[in-house]
Amino acid sequence: MKKLVLSSIIILVGISFLGRLSYLQLFRFSEDHLLEDPAVKVVYDYPERGYIYDRSGKLLVANQPAYDVMVIPREVQPLDTTEFCTLLGISRERFIGQMQKARIYSPRLPSVLVPQLSKEDYAGLQEKMRKYKGFYIEKRSLRDYKTNAGANVLGYISEVNEWDLKSNPYYELGELTGRTGIEKQYEEVLRGQKGVKYIQKDRFNRDIGPYKDGVKDLPSIRGTELHITLDKELQEYGELLMRGKRGGIVAIEPGSGEILTMISGPTYEPSLLVGRERSKNYSTLHNDSLSRPTWDRSILAEPSPGSPFKTLQALAALQEGVISPETPFTCYNGFYVGNRKRGCHCGGGTRTMNTGIYKSCNAYFAGAFRRFYDKFETSDKAMDVWEGHMKSFGLGNYLGYDLPTGRPGRIPGKDYYDRVYGDGRWSSTYIISNAIGQGEVAATPIQLANMTAAIANRGFYYTPHLIKKIGEETIDDPQYTERKYTTIDPEHFAPVVQGMADVYEKGTARWLQVPGVKIAGKTGTVENFTIIDGVRKQLTDHSVFVAFAPVDNPQIALAVYIENGYYGARYAGHIASLLIEKYLKGTISRKDLEKRMLEKTLEHEYAKPYSGEDFKINEYVW
Amino acid sequence: MSGRSVLHRMDWITVLIFLLLVGMGWMNIYSSTYDEGNSSIFDLSQEYGKQLVFIAISLASIVLVLGLEASFYERFSSLLYLLTLLLLIGLFPFGKTIAGATSWYDLGFFNLQPSELAKTATALALAKYLSDIQTDIKRRKDQLYALLIIILPALLIIPQPDPGSALVFFALVFVLFREGLPLWYLGVALVAVLIFITTLMFGSAWVGIGLGLALIMVFLLKKPTAKIPFLPVAGLYVLAMAFSLSVNFVFENVFEQRHRDRFSLWLRLEKDPEKLEEIRKTIGYNTYQSEKAIESGGTLGKGFLEGTRTKGDFVPEQHTDYIFTTVGEEWGFVGTSTVVLLFTILLLRLVHLAERQKNPFSRMYGYGVVSILMVHYFINIGMVIGMLPTIGIPLPFFSYGGSGLIGFTLLLFILLRLDANRLKEWD
Repeated sequence: MKKLVLSSIIILVGISFLGRLSYLQLFRFSEDHLLEDPAVKVVYDYPERGYIYDRSGKLLVANQPAYDVMVIPREVQPLDTTEFCTLLGISRERFIGQMQKARIYSPRLPSVLVPQLSKEDYAGLQEKMRKYKGFYIEKRSLRDYKTNAGANVLGYISEVNEWDLKSNPYYELGELTGRTGIEKQYEEVLRGQKGVKYIQKDRFNRDIGPYKDGVKDLPSIRGTELHITLDKELQEYGELLMRGKRGGIVAIEPGSGEILTMISGPTYEPSLLVGRERSKNYSTLHNDSLSRPTWDRSILAEPSPGSPFKTLQALAALQEGVISPETPFTCYNGFYVGNRKRGCHCGGGTRTMNTGIYKSCNAYFAGAFRRFYDKFETSDKAMDVWEGHMKSFGLGNYLGYDLPTGRPGRIPGKDYYDRVYGDGRWSSTYIISNAIGQGEVAATPIQLANMTAAIANRGFYYTPHLIKKIGEETIDDPQYTERKYTTIDPEHFAPVVQGMADVYEKGTARWLQVPGVKIAGKTGTVENFTIIDGVRKQLTDHSVFVAFAPVDNPQIALAVYIENGYYGARYAGHIASLLIEKYLKGTISRKDLEKRMLEKTLEHEYAKPYSGEDFKINEYVW
Repeated sequence: MSGRSVLHRMDWITVLIFLLLVGMGWMNIYSSTYDEGNSSIFDLSQEYGKQLVFIAISLASIVLVLGLEASFYERFSSLLYLLTLLLLIGLFPFGKTIAGATSWYDLGFFNLQPSELAKTATALALAKYLSDIQTDIKRRKDQLYALLIIILPALLIIPQPDPGSALVFFALVFVLFREGLPLWYLGVALVAVLIFITTLMFGSAWVGIGLGLALIMVFLLKKPTAKIPFLPVAGLYVLAMAFSLSVNFVFENVFEQRHRDRFSLWLRLEKDPEKLEEIRKTIGYNTYQSEKAIESGGTLGKGFLEGTRTKGDFVPEQHTDYIFTTVGEEWGFVGTSTVVLLFTILLLRLVHLAERQKNPFSRMYGYGVVSILMVHYFINIGMVIGMLPTIGIPLPFFSYGGSGLIGFTLLLFILLRLDANRLKEWD
């Protein structure tokens, strides 16, 4: 017994030591100890963000250096706060607040104390920083815009927030990331890959050389430059025309699906969201809830498409064989739905497809739609076929272009009406407004432009996109390079395109011809309503216009949507005409037209609902 | 008896483990103290260079130890004991103070720490006293004398102050138990420690209830025939409770804050996680860093000279008391378990050596050696891996330090010298 006491104690001690050691070293050990290791400092080397060029190689977005004052709270030593704050140009309260925030985030990791100093501020600071232990300056690269246009398309970059940090382990506090537009969509391409250096430190936090002679270090990889499909000059010109107007414009090259211009009005200068004034400007823009400059109307607004939608009704009716181009319909300055009359502005008389389109006759398309509808035994079947045709033009769903935001628009199907009216309790009279692009259908400007491109191509489209080249590589993503065919056979397009061409020749846009260019287009005038003090109130119609040109070899297809611009041929038609001329010819021959568009604004229309007084709509003010 | 036959009869297993531990120790000292600027391992301005000298001196002292007659140690043990006591007393006027402790004599190239040698001398003296034909460990008076031999050097060491080293001497009571001191002494001590800890953790009330329940269980489960004297048991219960109540008093009034903090950290007495974290980063800093360093080694470790925390000197006293953290970080679980196994084998082997001695003096000395080594190993590694509160004593053969290494070498090889002689009668 006595002989065994000591031996058993020895064995017991050994076992408990092994147990504790395996708990520490086998169970509690974690692989990523390097980042937690106080003996290893991680230093990042930030590469320059990729430049962005337009379709012809003109520089849109470059970089400028900026300097963040960083702090590692643990290393800060007592300092003269007043002097330091004066040097940094911040208030004492802000300094104390920021320090507290930094300490809460992490005492041993760097936090941003003062973001984005300019080169000048930095020059003054650089010398004196050495005096303040625990503070240092981190160079970052900010965007330098070579254009004042395209803010919503290009997007902006901003500091990562806590959610970013949690959701993507790549980012560290203080880093920048693309927040919207191209910057967000192509973030990983543009940002490149930051370099990592591991530095061995001692207990006093002094650097004592590279960790393991740098075998784990990673070099930084430069951000890749992007060539996007926008045309810088067209974009800038379009935004100029949009001054004082709200709405969206999208122009597409039909033969490739490349987006030539993408405008939302009102917009803002992209450079507003760079530098120290960033957050102030950002709140100004975001708090403007009336004109909403950061809300990209070209892809987010979903008005009813209006009359341009009639072209698709003509195509669908032809495809189903319910009419021929010569089938006549009579317009009684309107048409009857049950015993209720709906108006028409075409002048009345007998209409065939050609006059139906270029005079935009409501009665003609109501008639054609009824024929289409009556071909099928049930409403459900009719709706399914109709919905299929409409959606094959990229309507009623997300288009799949390369921007991080968008809206699906709406092509109401049988489920929609079953939900609204009850199963089987609706018929053609309920839905006939869709035939003239009113009613429940809704489409974003980019969808309208894409639909126009599909007509220009006589039956197919390429998914609209902004990316042209990544670095030196021209894109070959089938998403953007493969044709998407519509359900309409090519031969049915000729009469519809002819009707659209006649819109310019003798129809609603005959005053808007571009000398020497044959254009096909379609105006739209969209009734719209708002609610003021709980009362539904009609506002001045939205002005919509779609067009493509030249008719026989389409280079550009576009949709212009101007809120409360009244007739389609007025604001939208004018702007479309000017953009087509600018793009195809480079110069504007009709200076009076241009001057009018540059000068006219719709601010008075937009002010009406907020004036508190009664107002008239659809006034002739020019 | 010639030198050759000593070598012939030596226990080479022990020698091998000794060499392994010293060699591994030096490698880890090298790793924890070298700078990339210095290239020569013989650089005497560096700890690893000095340790090489100490190893050389130790090896030389082995020759001396083996060269002397086995009977020399028994004969001169009292003299050696007195000599070390004098050396310890001499520290008061002549000692050199390092890090607040006056524990060293300054010999120019080398600081001698007599407390390290005192362990060997005390083990010898105790063995000598106990093996005396006149001594009977069952006698109170002799028990007291034996205890006095153990306590005397400890009393001289405590005020240096070096309570850690002083504590080691109490390990020698294991010798007494082996030689017949009733084991219930040990039981009482264990119960006392248990009451101490549980009182701190749960409070006297719960300890009282727990002990009461335990007694009731004993009464219920006893054989009907067995009689348990009620009064003495009740008396013991009262005694235990008195002790438990005194624990709180002693803890709050006699202990200093730094001691209380160590216990707070060890037993997780502090429930407030923020305060616990605070303690962990201040007084628990060493333990926190050493645990983290060991943890970061994982299974295979980061490799020789690759320990980031070792290189960054994050663990204080790493080449001395915390040398085991270097093993943990650079050699991982493979390294740490090897060291633990080597110590376990060494200690078991030494128990075996002690038991096979025919001569009571040799046996008792052997037990003394095992006790001293074991307590060092247990407290040091236990502290470094966070199982015991911080008590600063070196890891035998491993830690940096000349006095320690030479002292442990003498301690061990005197036993081997005695063992080599076990079959012979005294010449």
